[in-house]
Amino acid sequence: MIAYALRRLLGAIPTLLMLITLAFFMIRLSPGGPFDNERTLPPEIEANLNARYHLDEPLAMQYARYLGNVLRFDFGPSFQYKDWTVNELISSGFPVSATLGLLAMALALVVGLSAGTYAALRQNSWIDYGVMTIAMTGISIPTFVVAPLLILVVALSLGWLPAGGWDWTPARMVMPVVTLALPLIAYISRLMRASLIEVLHSNFIRTARAKGLSERQVIFRHALKPAALPVISFLGPAIASVLTGSVVVERIFTVPGLGSHFVQGALNRDYTLVLGVVVFYGMLIIVLNFLVDLIYAWLDPRIRYDRRWS
Amino acid sequence: MSSKAELSSKATVSLPSVVPRNYGLWSEAWERLLRNRAAVVGGVLLLLITLLVIFGPWLSPFDHVIPDWDRAGQPPDAESSHWFGTDAIGRDLFVRTLMGGRVSLLVGILATLVSLIIGVAYGAVAGYFGGKLDNTMMRVVDVLYAMPFMFFVILLMVVFERNIFLVFVAIGAVNWLDMARIVRGQTLSLKNKEYVQAAQAIGVPPKQIILRHIVPNLIGVVIVYATLTVPQVILVESFLSFLGLGVQEPMTSWGALVNEGAQEMETAPWALVFPAVFLALTLFSLNFLGDGLRDALDPKDHY
Amino acid sequence: MIGGAYRLFPLILLLLSACGGGDAPQQQPEPLSRPVPVVRVAADAQPSPQDLAAQQILRRGNGEEPETLDPHRAQGVPANNILRDLFEGLTIELPDGQVAPGTAEHWDISRDGKRYTFYLRDDARWSNGDVVTAEDFVFGLRRSADPATSSPAVQVLSPIVNAHEVFAGTLPADSLGVRALNDHTVQIDLVAPTPYFLSLLTLPPAYPVHRPSLAAHGDQYSRPGNLVSNGAFVLSEWVIYSHILLNRNPFYWDYEKIYLDQVYYYPFADQNAELAHYRAGDLDWTYEVPSSQYDWLEQKLPDELSVTPWLGTYYLGFNLTRAPFEALPELRVALSLAVDRELLVDKVTRFGELPTFHLVPKGIPRYESPEYDYENWTQAEREAEAKRLYQRAGYDEEFPLRIELRYNTSANHKKIALAVAAMWQQVLGVETVLINEEWRVFLQNRQQGRITEVYRGGWIGDYNDPYAFLEIFHSQHRQNDSGYENPTFDRLLERIGTERIPSRRMRLLAESERVLLQDLPLLPLYTYVTKRLVSPRVQGWQPNVMDNHLSRWMYIVRTEDELSQADREANEQARRTTESELVDTVDETVDVLVDKSLDNLGEIAVDTVTKGVQRDPMAGDNPAVSAVDKSMESADEVQIQRAEMDAEVEAEPEPESIAGAAEAQELSPELRPERMEEDR
Repeated sequence: MIAYALRRLLGAIPTLLMLITLAFFMIRLSPGGPFDNERTLPPEIEANLNARYHLDEPLAMQYARYLGNVLRFDFGPSFQYKDWTVNELISSGFPVSATLGLLAMALALVVGLSAGTYAALRQNSWIDYGVMTIAMTGISIPTFVVAPLLILVVALSLGWLPAGGWDWTPARMVMPVVTLALPLIAYISRLMRASLIEVLHSNFIRTARAKGLSERQVIFRHALKPAALPVISFLGPAIASVLTGSVVVERIFTVPGLGSHFVQGALNRDYTLVLGVVVFYGMLIIVLNFLVDLIYAWLDPRIRYDRRWS
Repeated sequence: MSSKAELSSKATVSLPSVVPRNYGLWSEAWERLLRNRAAVVGGVLLLLITLLVIFGPWLSPFDHVIPDWDRAGQPPDAESSHWFGTDAIGRDLFVRTLMGGRVSLLVGILATLVSLIIGVAYGAVAGYFGGKLDNTMMRVVDVLYAMPFMFFVILLMVVFERNIFLVFVAIGAVNWLDMARIVRGQTLSLKNKEYVQAAQAIGVPPKQIILRHIVPNLIGVVIVYATLTVPQVILVESFLSFLGLGVQEPMTSWGALVNEGAQEMETAPWALVFPAVFLALTLFSLNFLGDGLRDALDPKDHY
Repeated sequence: MIGGAYRLFPLILLLLSACGGGDAPQQQPEPLSRPVPVVRVAADAQPSPQDLAAQQILRRGNGEEPETLDPHRAQGVPANNILRDLFEGLTIELPDGQVAPGTAEHWDISRDGKRYTFYLRDDARWSNGDVVTAEDFVFGLRRSADPATSSPAVQVLSPIVNAHEVFAGTLPADSLGVRALNDHTVQIDLVAPTPYFLSLLTLPPAYPVHRPSLAAHGDQYSRPGNLVSNGAFVLSEWVIYSHILLNRNPFYWDYEKIYLDQVYYYPFADQNAELAHYRAGDLDWTYEVPSSQYDWLEQKLPDELSVTPWLGTYYLGFNLTRAPFEALPELRVALSLAVDRELLVDKVTRFGELPTFHLVPKGIPRYESPEYDYENWTQAEREAEAKRLYQRAGYDEEFPLRIELRYNTSANHKKIALAVAAMWQQVLGVETVLINEEWRVFLQNRQQGRITEVYRGGWIGDYNDPYAFLEIFHSQHRQNDSGYENPTFDRLLERIGTERIPSRRMRLLAESERVLLQDLPLLPLYTYVTKRLVSPRVQGWQPNVMDNHLSRWMYIVRTEDELSQADREANEQARRTTESELVDTVDETVDVLVDKSLDNLGEIAVDTVTKGVQRDPMAGDNPAVSAVDKSMESADEVQIQRAEMDAEVEAEPEPESIAGAAEAQELSPELRPERMEEDR
C-alpha cells in the first residue's frame, strides 16, 4: 500500500506538468489580453505593461519562467489586482470557499445518503417517489434561481437572515450553504438509491437475509458499504469543485471566495490568477481522487491497484 | 457468492455465438417497464412535451422573433393570445418557451448520450484492465477535470465557425469525466465478481467480457447518472451562450429563458415560471423513466 | 456597460467662455488672463448638528472590485470613486461637479493660458501627519507619467509639456513640465491652452505621493496599513470581493467639516445582489440598478431612485474598412433613420434615456450641437426617407441587406440589439444576425475590424467638453474602431487642439461634429443616464453630469422614525439654547442635541446658520460659489482670491458671486429634465 501511495505521488508530477502545459497554452492562445479595455491604452503604456509582466518575451520563455516559479510555489503577481499576488488571493479566497463547501458537503451527505437509503428501501412506493421528487428539485431548479429566490423570501420578505455578504458568522453562511448543498443532495441521493437497490437485489444480500440476519444488520453491515461506491466516485471531483467555490453562489450572495477569482480571472485574462487557481484545483483533484481510490479498497477489499488483473 | 444459475447464464450468453440479445429479454423488460406507474407517467409526459415542443409553436399566432411593442412585459393573457405572457421587449413567451425546448431537449439528450458513450467506454476499459493503463487513463481525467473550460470554449470558437455541433463537442468534452470515474469505480469492483472471473477463466476475450458482463451490470448507476447529466448539460448550454457559443438570439433555450427570468423573478414571474416548469417537468419525467428503465433492465432481476 | 471611465468636470471652460464675448472672429484674441472664480462651499451648506445621525457610516455599492488603490496605476470608475475619497488633488470637485480648490488654495493662470501656478495650503497634511509639499505633487505627476509606472490613465496628463515624450520614454520623467518653485508652489506648463485642465487635476493620475511610504513599501504601497493618503479619508481595510473600509483622516486639513466617520465600499458583480443588499438595508448608496427593474423601482422606491443625465452616448458603430459599409453613406443613414429611438428608450431602456442623433450629448455648457435635419422629422417621415435611401444604396426586399451586429454579453446590450434588428427588419427588411461575444473577444474583434460589421459602442466623456467625444473619431485615435478617416474632420480636430478663443473653439467643435454626422460612421441611439438608489438619510450630495460624488461632502441624517415625541421636545429645548452657538462642535453636540425631523432640516439651516448666504441644503440647487475678484481682471496674471473655507471669514457674498452661481447653474438646462428636480 505504501508503495502504491508513493507511486501515485510520483505520478502526480507528470499529471501536474501536463495540466500546467495544456492550461498555459490554452489560456495564452485565447483572444484578448489582460490589458484590453473599453479604453484602449496608449501603445507605449501597453508595451510597458507587457514588459513589466514579461508578456513581451517569446511564449516558450514565459512558459519556462512560469514553470520555474510554480516549482517554488510562486504563482506570480495577479495581472488584474495589481496590489496582490496570486498566492495571496488564493489564500484569502480558499478558506471562505472551503468553509462553505465543507458545510454544504456535510449537509448534502447527511441528507442525501439518508434520503437515498430511505427511498431505496421503499422502492417504487409513494415515499420513494416523494423523496426522489424533492431530491430532483434541487437539480431541476438551477442555482441561479434558488439563490435569488432564497434572498427574496428568507432575507427580504421574512427578514430572518442577511441578504448576503461575508463576516464568518453562521447567519451569513446558511443560505450559501443550502444553495450549494441542494444539487449535491440530488446527486448523492439519486446515486445512493440506485446503487443500494442494485446491491439489495444481489445474491449475497439474499444469502445474508436467508441466514436470518435482521434487516437492519443486512443493510448496515452488508449493503451500505458496497452501495456507497458510486457516491464515493462522485465525491472526489465534487469535493474539489465545491471546496474551490461556485461563482454563481459567490456572486449572488457576495461571498469573497475562490470561484469568483477563477471566473473573473478568466474574463479579465488574468493569466497568472487563472493558472494559479487551475493548478491549485488540479492538485486538489489529484489528492482527492487518490483518497477516493484508497476508500474504494477499504469499501471493497478485493479491489487491488498494485497488480494487473489477468 | 453469486449463484450457479447466474454464473451459468452469464457463461452461456457470452458464448461466441453472437446471437442478438434475445427478443424475449427485451419484451420482458418492456412489460416490466409498463408495470411501473411512475415510469409510464414520466414517459407519457416526456412524449407530450416533445410533441408540444415540435408542433406547439404553430398553435400561436406569434413567432419567437418579432416584438409586440405595445405588449412588452405583459403577464399571461388569453385575450391577446399571449398565453405565457411576453418578455421585456414584447416577444411571445409561449412560442419562445417551446422553441427553447427544441434546443434544450436536443442538446440535453444528444450531449448526454455523447458523454454517456465516451464515459462508459473509457471508464470500463480503465477499470477492467487496471494497473498502469488505469493509472494513466485516470490521470488524464484528472488533468481534464482541472482544465479551464471557459478557455476551451473560447478557443473552439476561434478555430471553428460557430454551430450547434460545437455545442455538443464542448459539452461532451467535459461531461463524460464524472461518468468515466463512476463507471471505472464500479468496474473495479465488478471485475472481481465470480462470473467475470469465470468468464476470464474460460478465455472469453476482454472486449466481450466488458460488453457482456461489465456494462450490463453498470446499467443502474449509468442510467441514473445520465438523468443527472441532462439538467447539467441544459444549463451548461446557457453558459455557452454567455460565452457566445450556445444558441444566439433571437433563438433561445430553456437555460437561457430561465436565466433571463431569474433576473426579473419578482417583477415578471411568468417569464421564469413557464420555462422553469417545462424544464423541471422534463427532468422529473426523465428521472422516473430512467428509474423504470433501470428496474426493467437490471440483469439481476432475471435469471 | 462602459468600461473604465474617468470623468471630469471643467468649470473653467464655462467661465472662460462666459467672458470670451469676442464673437467677432476678427477681434484681437482676448487675453485669457481674466478672473477665474474660486468656488467654495459656503459654511451654510453644512448640516445642522441636530440633524446628524449618531452613526456617521456610509455604505456604498461600488461595481467591480478595483484593480489597485495606487492612484497612478488605477483605472476605472470604481477605483476612482475610492481614490477621490482617499486622496486630494490640487483641485477637487464640489457636490454639483464643479471644480474647486483642493490642496491648492488658489492659483494663477498665465495670459496665454499655458502656465498654471498653484499655491498649496499651509495646513495640508498626509494621513500620518507629514506636511503635503509641492514636491509631493511634482513627484506624483512625474511618477504617473513615468513609463516604468505604466499608468493606464496616463493620457489625462497629456496637455502637460513633454508628457508624450515622457510616456514614450524618449525623455526622462523629470523633464515633464512640472516643477516645485518652493515647498508650497507647484508650476505646470501646458503645450496648449486647455480649457478643461483644472478638472483633469481632480483625477487620480494627478494625485501626490507620500514618498517615504512609497520608498518603504514599493509594490505594496497601496495596501491597507501602508497607504498614506492626503484626502479626507484613509484606507483601513481591504478584503478582495468583500469590502474596502475607509476611516476619517484625522490629519485632514478640513477634518472638522468631514461628517462621515467611516465609508464602506462594497464590490458587486451582480446588480440584483446589490439591489437585494440595498433593500435589506445593508447599503445606503448603490452603484447602479438592474435596468430591467424600472417599473418595480418606480413603484416601490420612487423617492430613493435617482435618475439623472450622464455625459455619455450609446451608439452602434459601423466598420467602414470593409463591406458593406466601406462605401454607401446613404445606407448608414437609412439604417439610422429606420431606428425609432423614442420607442427604444420608451420600451427597452426604460429609464428616461434621451434619444439622440448626435455623438456629443446635449447640454455641455456653451456648446451648440449642429443642426441635424432628420432630427425634427416625424418617425414616419424618417422611415420613408430610410426606405428611399436603402433602395438608392441598391437593396430592396428581394435583395435585402444581410449584416452582423456584434455586442458583448449583457442583458441590456442584447435587448437593444434585438430591438434595433427588429426595427431594421420591419422598416427595411434588413436581415440581421446577432452575435454576442465574450467581452475580450468582442473588444479584439472590434479593434481589429476584420470580421466586425456593426458593433455596440458607447462613450462616457472624460471631461465635460465636446472634444472628449469627437477626438475618438480622429483617424489616428486608438479608440477609432470604425476606421473612420476624413482629412477635413482630422484637420478640424487638430485646429481645436490649439485654438485659444473659447467661442471660436466651440464653433470648430460644432463644425467637426457636423462633418462627422454627415459621414455617419456611427448610429447614435441615446444619451446615458445614471441610475441608482440612494437612501434619503444620505445628504450633502447632488446629481451631476459627471456622476462623481465625493464622500467628503456627504452626511447621514436622522430619519423621522428615529424621533420620539420626547426627542422632539428635547430638541426644541436644545435648539433654543444653542441657537447662537455654531456648527463647529459637531462631534460633541451630536450626542447631546436631539435632532429635528428631515422635513425641518431646511428650516433649521436657516434658523441656526446665521452666516453667509442662507441656503437650504436640502434643495441642493445652488452650488456655493464665491466671489470673482473683478479688480483682478486686467492684471497680467490673475491672483486668485484665497478660498476661505472658514465660516468666520465668509462674509456677505459680493454681487458678482451671485452672477457666478447663476452661471454655474446654467451648466446644462437640457440635461436636467424634470425628474432630476424630483429626485432630490
